[in-house]
Amino acid sequence: MDVAINLLVNGLATGILIFLLASGLTLIFGLMSVLNFAHGGLFAWGAFAGVWLFGLTDSFLLAIVGAVVIGMLLGFVLERVLIRPVYGDHIQQLLVTLGGMLVISELLKVFWSPNPIRAVLPDYLQGSIEFGDIILITYRLFVIAVGVVVYLGLHLLLTRTRLGLIVRAGVIDKEMVQALGINIKQVFTFVFLLGAGMAALGGSLLAPYSGVIFAEMGMQYAILAFIVVIVGGMGSVQGSMVAAILVGVLGSFMAYFVPELSLAVNMLLMLAVLLIKPSGLFGAKG
Amino acid sequence: MMLQLDQIETYLDQFHILQGVSLSVQAGSITVLFGRNGAGKTTTLRSIMGLAPIRHGQIRYRGEEIGHLSTYSIARKGIGYVPENQGIFHDFTVEETFRLAMQKNDDEQKEKLAWMLDLFPDLRHYWKKKSGHLSGGQKQMLAIARAYVNSNGLLLIDEPSKGLAPIMVEKLMFHIESMKQKTTVLLVEQNFMMASMIGEQYYLMDEGKIVRGGAMQELKDDADTRQKYLGIA
Repeated sequence: MDVAINLLVNGLATGILIFLLASGLTLIFGLMSVLNFAHGGLFAWGAFAGVWLFGLTDSFLLAIVGAVVIGMLLGFVLERVLIRPVYGDHIQQLLVTLGGMLVISELLKVFWSPNPIRAVLPDYLQGSIEFGDIILITYRLFVIAVGVVVYLGLHLLLTRTRLGLIVRAGVIDKEMVQALGINIKQVFTFVFLLGAGMAALGGSLLAPYSGVIFAEMGMQYAILAFIVVIVGGMGSVQGSMVAAILVGVLGSFMAYFVPELSLAVNMLLMLAVLLIKPSGLFGAKG
Repeated sequence: MMLQLDQIETYLDQFHILQGVSLSVQAGSITVLFGRNGAGKTTTLRSIMGLAPIRHGQIRYRGEEIGHLSTYSIARKGIGYVPENQGIFHDFTVEETFRLAMQKNDDEQKEKLAWMLDLFPDLRHYWKKKSGHLSGGQKQMLAIARAYVNSNGLLLIDEPSKGLAPIMVEKLMFHIESMKQKTTVLLVEQNFMMASMIGEQYYLMDEGKIVRGGAMQELKDDADTRQKYLGIA
C-alpha cells in the first residue's frame, strides 16, 4: 500500500511538471495552429535560469519568479522573430521551431555549461513527511500543490474572464473572433507568453526534482508533452491536465512493476486514445 | 450611403471569384443579395469583412475606405457579421457568447442587448444554457443578436434561413425586418419569397458579377429575370 501511494505521488508530481509544459503547448497549438518544437527549450531555460538565480539570490521563490520572467522574455523573442513570420505554414513552422530548439539549447551551453549542472533544493523543502508507514517526499507534494494552483488559476482565467473566453473562442474559430472586433494577434502573443512562462515554471520546478539538469533536457520532456497534448486533445487545458497525470502515474507504476514497458506505455496510451477518440480525450469542439 | 463597393475583385487561391462587384447599401434599409450557389454572394460578404481580402477595387463604409483593413478593424468600425454557418461557439453559454462579443460593455451596448433579448426572448430564457443545445432557429437568433450588439450601423447576414423549418424562417424574417428601425442590413438569401417580403433593394449575382440591381418591386415584377438567374418563376 505504501509503495502504491508513493508511486502515485511520484507519478502525480511528474505529471504536474509535464502539465506545465504541455498546457502552454496545447494552447499555442489550439489557438495559433503552431506546433512549437522550441517549447521544450523554454522548459530547459527555466531549469537553468532557476538554478542560476537560486545560486545568486539564495531565494527559491525569487529564482522561480526570475526563471518565469526569463522564459517569457525568451518566448516573446521567439514569437516575434521565429514564429510570427511563418504563421499558417506548418512545414516552415516545423523547420523553424526545430532549429530554434537547437539554437536555444546550444545557448544554454554558452551561457552556463556544456556539462550537466547539479540542482539543489532549499532547506525548507528537503526531507519527507511520514504518515505511518507511508513516507512522502516534501518537494513532490510542493510540486503537486504548485501545479494544482496553476491549473486552478488557468481554469479560472479561461472560464471566468473575457480574455479566457477570447482564447477559448480563438481555439475554435479564429475568423469569427476577428469578426467580433478582436485583435487575434495580440491574443496570440499573450498566449505565447503565458505558455512560455508556464514552461519555464515547469523547468525551474523540475531542476531540484531531478537533481541534475542538462541542455538537451528540453527535447526529452517536449516529447512527453506532445504525447500529453495529443492524448488530452489539442487546445484543451483540462485535457492536458488529465493526460499529464495519466502519463505521469502510468509511467511511475510501470517503471516499478514492468520496467521494460515503462518507455512504451506512453506510446501505447497515445495509440489507444487515437484509435478510440482521434480528437483526444477533451478535444475542442467546433 | 452606408456601404459602397466599387469594382471589387477577390481571388480565393488562384480562382477569380469576384470580378468587379459594385453595389451600394442605403442607411436604414434592407438590401438583399440574390444568386445561385457559387455566384459569389458569400465571398462578397467575406470580402467586406476582410476575411477574403480584395485585390482590387474599393469598399467604403460611411464614406471611409475599409477595403484594406484587417477583419478586427473592420468589425470595430461597426460592421456586424453573421456567417453562413452562424459561427456559434457551442461550448459557450448564451451569456458567455454576449460577454465575448461586447467589446465595450457600455450603456449603449447594454441597451442594444436588452432590445435584442426583447426581440428574441428565447435567448433570455436560455441565458445560462450552452449554445450547442439551442435549436437551429435559436442559434440563428443568437448569431444575429451577437452581431447586432457589437455593430453600430450595418449587419451582414449570410443565408439565415438555411436549414430552418419554414415557420422558423418566417419568424426570423419578421425579426430581421423589425431590426430595420435600428440598423441597416445587407442580407444574402436564397429564399426569394421570404427575402423579397422584407427587402427594399436587391442585387442579383451570377458568376462573380452583379447582373441586376434596383428596387425589390422590380424583381418581383420581372419573372423572366427570376427564372433566368434564380430558377424560380
